[in-house]
Amino acid sequence: MQDFLGQGGFAFYVWSAFGMTFGLLLAEVLVLRRHHRTILQRVGRLVRLRKQNQPPGEPK
Amino acid sequence: MKINWFKYASPASFYPLAGQLVPKFAAVAAVLVLIGLYVGFFHTADQLGGSNPQKEYYRIIFVHVPTAWMSMWLYLVLAGWSAIGLVFNTRLSFMMANAVAPTGAIFTFLALWTGALWGRPSWGTYWDWDPRLTSELILFFLYIGYMALHSAIDDSRRADRAAALLAIVGVVMLPIIYWSINCPDPNNCAALHQRSDPGSIHASILIPMLLITLGFWSYSFATAFMRLRDIILTREADSAWVRDMLLEARADTGGGSGTSSGVPAGAGRGAV
Repeated sequence: MQDFLGQGGFAFYVWSAFGMTFGLLLAEVLVLRRHHRTILQRVGRLVRLRKQNQPPGEPK
Repeated sequence: MKINWFKYASPASFYPLAGQLVPKFAAVAAVLVLIGLYVGFFHTADQLGGSNPQKEYYRIIFVHVPTAWMSMWLYLVLAGWSAIGLVFNTRLSFMMANAVAPTGAIFTFLALWTGALWGRPSWGTYWDWDPRLTSELILFFLYIGYMALHSAIDDSRRADRAAALLAIVGVVMLPIIYWSINCPDPNNCAALHQRSDPGSIHASILIPMLLITLGFWSYSFATAFMRLRDIILTREADSAWVRDMLLEARADTGGGSGTSSGVPAGAGRGAV
């Protein structure tokens, strides 16, 4: 385990490279998920607002 | 089964399809990357001994090469959709180009970042104005320029066309990156970027490298489709299908009273 973490003395380089790569990729997915929820909220609110303002009987 | 592909050229029918594909591509990406990492870290010990021993930092190759390949491939995809959009004037093509760009920029940044961390122990420097490093940096700026130009123009149709033109002109960087080698003879300067042919790479290195590349490719599909769905929703917010879909989703989860968040339960899954 120590050997694995140590990477023959190159731990800083190896783990910084792998850490940044998978950290950024994971962050991108998380940001996109949150963004999707925000957009659904915003567009959903817009849609309901329009529906409320629509006089009854009018074709949609 | 006959599939009508043109059906999916409309944002309204591609939106749910993309929603179904995202988890599939994400799962494939995770599996491929995990297998690749496992092989790369635990089954390449032979590279550390032998007649031409590597030092442990060679493992950076398993993220450096895949991110660099993806940075160039995604730019080609970006320019390709831009060209299709300009020629056929299809809305979805421009949206595809838009959706790919940030992921491409991330991979370009990662190629530079992992390259720097490889360069320090092997070349003795994080950065050098080596032709390939310089042209890859320009590719990064092209991605940033594409996104900045697109967001600087308010009218999305005009923004699409202007940014698409920039993307197409930028394709000139791809062959420059590919052929920018300052060491034609590997025997003279083994450490710098050389002309490499995949056949000469040892299988235990090549296999994890290819697995992770395919994993990143699948990942790119997942994130591009996630972003594409948001772009479609934003641009088509006024259309009837978006209205019906959102009202339906809300009706399914209790008729819109009480849920203060306004997010339909199960958002992110299924059609919505």
